[in-house]
Amino acid sequence: MAFTLCFVLFMVGLYGVLSKKNMVKIVMGLVIMNCAVNLFLIMLGYKKGGVAPILEKKTNLADFLARSVDPLPQALVLTSIVIGLGVLALTIGICIRLYEKYGTFDITEIRRLKG
Amino acid sequence: MNRLPLFVAVPLFLAFLIPVLGRKWKTLPDILGNLATFFLLLLSLSILGISGVYAVGGWPPPLGIVMVSDGLTTLMLLIVALISFAVTLYSIDYMELYTSKTRYYSLFLLMIAGMNGVIITGDLFNLFVFLEIASIASYALVAFGCQHEELEASFKYLVLGTLASTFILLGIAFMYGTYGTLNLAHLARLISENGSTAATKCALGLFFVGFSLKAALVPFHAWLPDAHPSAPAPISAMLSGLLIKSIGIYALIRLLFNVFGFTPLISHILITLGILSMVVGVFLAIGQWDYKRLLAYHSISQIGYVTLAIGLGTPLGILAGLFHLVNHSVFKSLLFLNAGSVEYNLGTRDMKKMGGLQEKMPVTNATSLVGAFSISGLPPFNGFWSKLLIILACVQAKNIPAAVWAVLVSIITLSSFTKVQRYVYYGKLKEEWKDVKEAPQTMRIAMVMLAVCCVLMGLLILPGPRNAVLTPAVNALLAGREGYFNLTFSR
Repeated sequence: MAFTLCFVLFMVGLYGVLSKKNMVKIVMGLVIMNCAVNLFLIMLGYKKGGVAPILEKKTNLADFLARSVDPLPQALVLTSIVIGLGVLALTIGICIRLYEKYGTFDITEIRRLKG
Repeated sequence: MNRLPLFVAVPLFLAFLIPVLGRKWKTLPDILGNLATFFLLLLSLSILGISGVYAVGGWPPPLGIVMVSDGLTTLMLLIVALISFAVTLYSIDYMELYTSKTRYYSLFLLMIAGMNGVIITGDLFNLFVFLEIASIASYALVAFGCQHEELEASFKYLVLGTLASTFILLGIAFMYGTYGTLNLAHLARLISENGSTAATKCALGLFFVGFSLKAALVPFHAWLPDAHPSAPAPISAMLSGLLIKSIGIYALIRLLFNVFGFTPLISHILITLGILSMVVGVFLAIGQWDYKRLLAYHSISQIGYVTLAIGLGTPLGILAGLFHLVNHSVFKSLLFLNAGSVEYNLGTRDMKKMGGLQEKMPVTNATSLVGAFSISGLPPFNGFWSKLLIILACVQAKNIPAAVWAVLVSIITLSSFTKVQRYVYYGKLKEEWKDVKEAPQTMRIAMVMLAVCCVLMGLLILPGPRNAVLTPAVNALLAGREGYFNLTFSR
């Protein structure tokens, strides 16, 4: 169920990127897609009733392995969020510059490049 | 292989050092940028053909991140270093047209760090991170002029590039969810032991779409003809010559041959994409009057050749494909630098307004002629030998239609470049270009250097140089999953 919702979220983002004409909405589509992938990654490592993956000296190793969630996807998602933030900042920067030049956010009116 | 991390560390460190120091000393960015690329050139020559593994932080694979070097890696590192050295040399004078050299060199070195990272990494997620570093730097560099066209092209490139990265990340998530590891060699072993599941096939499809978008194969090419011409000329040379190959083609073939395993279906898809790119690219190029836009369409076409040849999957096909990849890096960078030097002096890229520049710009004319001969495959230049090998490989693999298309596209390429030479360099000099001068010294040196490479690289067809440079790269791909696993876990 959760994976299906994740897929739906991804598709919502893809729809936004492919069919919207407003640049800001396209950027929002990209962010939604990125969030959907991040959610998907996090859920891969999730276990129902799992514990945080921190090993202490007194914990039982077998019990710990059975119950702890997978820590690697969390590290991956942290990296991915940071990268997404960098891309988002650059995109917004370019959008603002484009608005200064063309006076519009409508991509159908921003078309000087042809051929 | 303790030298391996330097390929990423040096450009990455300098990329952040230059903005700090460049504010005080104005010539420092030029010096540091050129020294960095020259150092990388020497470094890549010193490890040519040597294979080895470096475990980052001392953690052995598959737990830690590894950097793997084999024949293909060292070949790609060498070509990246060679082109980027020529380009930094060229940038010294060319980038005077723009305002901020410190930022330019900073982004430039970040892009090199990203590309080198993609080439040497042996870890799937690490590959994604470096790919994003290279991509983000290239988005910013395309928009470097901050004029109407540059920003528009950059936005288009950014949206499609980010879409591609998201697909690749989703593919990585599928792979991790199925096999529980991110090390490429370990993944290869697990896939060959357990067979592929539906999730693997899904991930393979996502990687295909993602990397094809990055490599601008038809039908994923829409961003390239806008992005490559809009960037400053040295960056166009970098993007067309290196970026689409190292983060597109290289990453794709590394995954296909060494991780997923090469199957007839994959071969079929690659051949189809290759022929499609080859034909569509060249036909779109014919009608162009913008100098750099024409070159950008030819990039799509030539990348089609590379994909077709590697897609054949035979030893001769892979050899031809890699040979053409290397050659294309050199002559396409050269042609973009020529276009840049014309634009530097004339301030326009419209070929209808030019004419008769051969007497005013003899060096640019001569080097452009070498580049044009190479790309259209005239002997004795490097492009001729690699195209000949591609056609022979197609015939050997009993794929006659592909061979016919390869010949036809080559002829159309020749006619297209005859047009370039005719309208830009020959004919009568127009009155308004009476006072045009030849490009400055460093720009001339860079162009001549690449032109000499165009002639010399024809020698790679001879058995001696071929066995030293190209054959290890072919063997690295042909070794498949087994060979890659043994190399990574050799310690």
